[in-house]
Amino acid sequence: MSTVKGSHILLRHRDNPALSTFEGYIKDGGFKTWKQVVTRMTPEAVVNEVFDSGLRGRGGAGFPTGLKWRFIDKNNWPHYVVVNADESEPGTFKDREIMESNPWQFLEGVMLTAYAVNANVAYIYLRGEFWMLAAELDKQIARLRKEKLLGMKLFGTDYELELHTHLGAGAYICGEETALLESLEGKLGQPRLRPPFPPSFGLYGKPTIVNNVETLANVPLIIEKGAKWYRKFGTEKSPGTKIFSLSGRVAKPGNYELPLGTTYGDLIMTHGGGIPEGRKIKAIMSAGASSTLIVADDKALATPMDYESVPALGAQLGSASIIVIDETVDLKWLVDKTVHFFNHESCGKCTPCREGTYWMNNITQRILHGEAEQKDVDLLKDVAMNMKGKCLCALGEFATEAVVSSIERFPKDFKIKAGAKTIAGELKVMHD
Amino acid sequence: MTDAVKPNVETTLVNLTIDNVPVSVPKGTLVVDAAKRIGIDIPVFCYHPKLEPVGMCRMCLVDIGLPAVNRETGKVETDKQGRPVINFGRALQTGCTVEVAEGMVVVGYTEKVQKARQDVLEFLLTSHPLDCPICDKGGECPLQNLTMAHGRSDSRFIFDEKIKLAKHVPLGEMIFLDRERCIQCARCTRFQDEIADDPVIGFEARGRSLQIVTYSEPGFDSIWSGNTTDICPVGALTTTDFRFGARPWELQASASLCTHCPVGCNTTLNTRREAKAGGEMVVKRVMPRQNEEVNEIWLCDKGRFAHHYAAKDDGRLTGPLVRRDGKLVAATWEKALALVAEKFEGAGKGLVTLAGGKLTNEDLYNLAGLAKARGGKALLDSRMAGGDLTAQVGLSTGSNLADLGKGDAALVVACDLEEEAPLWWLRVKQAAERGATVIVANPRRTKLERHAAFTLRYEYGHEAALVTALVGSFSPKRADLPAAVQALIRDKDVKDAGQAIAGAKDLIVFYGSEGTGLAESAALARACANLLIGTGHIGRPNNGLVAVWDKANAQGGWDMGLRPSADLAADLGAAKAAYIVAADPAGDSPALAEAVKAAGFVVVQDIRLSATAELADVVLPAAAFTERDGTFTSGERRVQRLHPAVPAYAGLRGDFAVTAQIAARLGVAQEKRLATGVFNQIAASVPAYAGLTSAALSEVREQWPVIGRGDVYYGGTTYDNKQGLGVQLPVSGDSPALTFEQPAEPAKFKGLKAVPVTRLYDRGTTVTPSAVLHPRLPGAFIALSVEDADKMKIEPGQKVQATLNGVTVEVEAHIDNSLAQGVVLAPRSFGLAIEGPCEITVKK
Repeated sequence: MSTVKGSHILLRHRDNPALSTFEGYIKDGGFKTWKQVVTRMTPEAVVNEVFDSGLRGRGGAGFPTGLKWRFIDKNNWPHYVVVNADESEPGTFKDREIMESNPWQFLEGVMLTAYAVNANVAYIYLRGEFWMLAAELDKQIARLRKEKLLGMKLFGTDYELELHTHLGAGAYICGEETALLESLEGKLGQPRLRPPFPPSFGLYGKPTIVNNVETLANVPLIIEKGAKWYRKFGTEKSPGTKIFSLSGRVAKPGNYELPLGTTYGDLIMTHGGGIPEGRKIKAIMSAGASSTLIVADDKALATPMDYESVPALGAQLGSASIIVIDETVDLKWLVDKTVHFFNHESCGKCTPCREGTYWMNNITQRILHGEAEQKDVDLLKDVAMNMKGKCLCALGEFATEAVVSSIERFPKDFKIKAGAKTIAGELKVMHD
Repeated sequence: MTDAVKPNVETTLVNLTIDNVPVSVPKGTLVVDAAKRIGIDIPVFCYHPKLEPVGMCRMCLVDIGLPAVNRETGKVETDKQGRPVINFGRALQTGCTVEVAEGMVVVGYTEKVQKARQDVLEFLLTSHPLDCPICDKGGECPLQNLTMAHGRSDSRFIFDEKIKLAKHVPLGEMIFLDRERCIQCARCTRFQDEIADDPVIGFEARGRSLQIVTYSEPGFDSIWSGNTTDICPVGALTTTDFRFGARPWELQASASLCTHCPVGCNTTLNTRREAKAGGEMVVKRVMPRQNEEVNEIWLCDKGRFAHHYAAKDDGRLTGPLVRRDGKLVAATWEKALALVAEKFEGAGKGLVTLAGGKLTNEDLYNLAGLAKARGGKALLDSRMAGGDLTAQVGLSTGSNLADLGKGDAALVVACDLEEEAPLWWLRVKQAAERGATVIVANPRRTKLERHAAFTLRYEYGHEAALVTALVGSFSPKRADLPAAVQALIRDKDVKDAGQAIAGAKDLIVFYGSEGTGLAESAALARACANLLIGTGHIGRPNNGLVAVWDKANAQGGWDMGLRPSADLAADLGAAKAAYIVAADPAGDSPALAEAVKAAGFVVVQDIRLSATAELADVVLPAAAFTERDGTFTSGERRVQRLHPAVPAYAGLRGDFAVTAQIAARLGVAQEKRLATGVFNQIAASVPAYAGLTSAALSEVREQWPVIGRGDVYYGGTTYDNKQGLGVQLPVSGDSPALTFEQPAEPAKFKGLKAVPVTRLYDRGTTVTPSAVLHPRLPGAFIALSVEDADKMKIEPGQKVQATLNGVTVEVEAHIDNSLAQGVVLAPRSFGLAIEGPCEITVKK
């Protein structure tokens, strides 16, 4: 599965499976950085190192991690660290592998982050379906406490740290950081108005750093080996490696940790083994369900996957969950799928998303079941366009991406054949 | 509430333009509010000027631009004409969440913004049932109005695909939810969280399934629930009182006042002529009328729903009754009045008038005048003292509870403020939220404690001692101080609270009647006055004493010269003739019923046949508050006027006129035609009211937020105040002497001690006629301490026999875990014979 043996930063367990055990991780030098940092480094120095590394948030937005940490309000206490382990984006399954197989590196990353922002408590918020993972993490956290790597007066200093896991209740919206914080506080998971942003007004109204699992898994090696070392990977503006979750119509789906800037062609055709049965690639979804559909032409396949290059294709790198769509896929079906998902997951707080996803789903169902006319396609696009730029959070905006881009870029798929009663029958293959 | 409208905040002005109109508003003002101030309407649904903004409904999207600032020079860039370059954001922004900034340009008239409004409305209407023809809100509905203004003319959503939801969901007994009409704006839930502090309703589920549910048992358990129907921007929330009762455009509006408690909430009575009432005018609903110095835009549910006692139903008296052969039979006014005059003439100085505290100043003035002219007694039906002190050191002209904030303090003693005067609770809570130090002193837990900086407990009977201890200048070693005061002075919380009081910029002291009879109340009022005088908190606005009176116009009663009787039973029993107006002593207490029977000749004047009226020799009917003119003086000493909303029964007049007709027959000249005529006499003869005119009471000023006009979307259906904000009286100006009274030791009883407490929902004559409230009216009950209940093996809810002052009543036992052992709470107006602390025996 792994890419190039021995080249991983995040999926190091693929090179050394023993890392998944505490003993194995210690043997590999694990938590030495932690001790070093707590006993010898100032929090500011940790922040500076991460800032210099150019690490960008892996949750989707790609915001510079070190800069976010610098934003934490130092006149308001206490501070919290919250790990976003709500990995819910369809087609995204990277955080799960990290937490399952390389958990100690992840936990060390969380701990270093807490130290860097002067937090004494960090919460790991996992999606509800990760309950088994949470149980494992709880055991691992207990072990860290037992080993005196967590708790009071760490390594004889005054610093103390506790970690807790918290399970969500099954809402996609709780991956949005402010909805996550609401949920963590025990409230209905709905996004808050931003600004203020969590570094000034977060958990319980206190300054909070919310980071993705993958982001924090980078931190131990950045601190251990330095920002300069980290910048050897990836591009100048998108340094480091990234786990690409590859799925869809591809021969070898799975997680691939590759330097940022690797091309789509390289990932799909070389690492992913291309499209099965000699079929042609049609489209790429670059960031799970929250993506536009990229026309998979030569230009797209030659485009480097980094935060700067992907927008040229009218798409975003996002969480880098690449879903490959081949020529046999009817995008009417795909659009219905994504719209259904967002309709199901809209929190209902703002009008355009609550009503728009509901309405769009009604139309996509009509289109899918051959009950639509051409003007319904126009209506679908118009509803999506009317949602754009009006929603409270990104969910509603994302819900329109696949709709608008599919209709615009793949008009053939949305030509309603006169007399075609049921497309659903033709689509049987899709459901197999 | 945004900072901009809170007092005590910096008022740096920010300049911006909205739709090309320049405007300067205080820093922190939100764009929608800034627009409102210059009459530009940015449509909203979820935003409400009294609530924190949430930006949910997206209706207020506008184009917002800021001056481009050169990064190097830090200066605003200009174009060739020297005008600042404005950078507009890529997306529209919600005007309800963005604060104004210097040089900001807000545009609402562009096609982009207009289309956004149309789009958001189209989204809202996809799930809305469009059942306006049968909707109570139709005609005063923000969604309807804004759809007319900004909506599409066609519908692109397939009607058959509309979501179908429950349309008659009782959230509680008083409020119904129509789930189809709800647009998920969260105004109701935020009102309950932020304003009422009763978070009993909330959202459940998500997406299109997002719905309002209640978490409390019973449902929507809040005395503030009716307000949510005013601010609901659609017909989702309706009251059982008004639901399907009338269409808004059929209603006429008359300015009135709530007559239930001393706050004096401004109301509007909505009336309509009804076939089922035989073509009579009927009060269909009571709505709040905005007065930012009194009730803002809110009403408690008692004020909103307990108006039916004034309705013209079978229980109302329509003509005089005279006792003949032991029975009350109808008589002409002429005969009844002649009989009354004859008997009063014969009684000479033995005439006792007893006046209820819900009478108007005009009624009370004539009553007191008659009693004085005849050398009789003018008694006020109240168990509270201190009206003379509030006239001297009460709140004075220019006071507004909304001005209390950081650096100020409010002491609330012997009072469950939310139960006794709900709006004051709300306003004191808000003062706490603005930073005022709130001190709650009560022997048991009350809701206001959630917002108190200090919570002081004392033993029932020690209320005056507690306040004396707070004065702070006493040494605990002073031998002349009662032991109770000495002990309290040593208490650290009392000491700290005393310091906070002494150091407060402005201080308002509220005293209620929790656990007190008249004697205890007098000591408490005196101690409170001493505290204010001693700490220099008198004679200025926002400083002084407020009595949380047991009746709405008790302050007016005191001002008109009536006084509570120290021994009402004795006074009534000894009366040669008793003239009892709007009071029901026999209904209040069996002992007083005996006294009424013992009185020589009894005349009862009321709107319904009370227990006392049943014992009377002559019963005279009067017009209800909905049918007449008059003024009330609130506990904050604000004189306000009510107007007739519906015509009285033929021949029925306000109480002042009935009294004047009796007086005329006794040779005492009184104004009997117009209440305003009596008011002019009051202004001429009662010093504190000197110079007051009806015109002054009717004056209005610009109020913020702008509410209740054509734009019901902004603030709700609360009425704009066009009929007068009232006039707050000046204090007498005499600096009263610090007369120190030794707080008496509370009476000790061998057994359990019962103390009277006031409940908002009681079983008094002004509450029980309103059937809408019945599901929420508790039966007679007492509350026991955990220890006493354990000792007697009494379970919560168990029926027990309670004997007070020789009268035994079956009551339900409640248990209050904040109550001290040996004390039993006995609520007033539940048929229990309690006027002050007394002994009680409880048997299973």
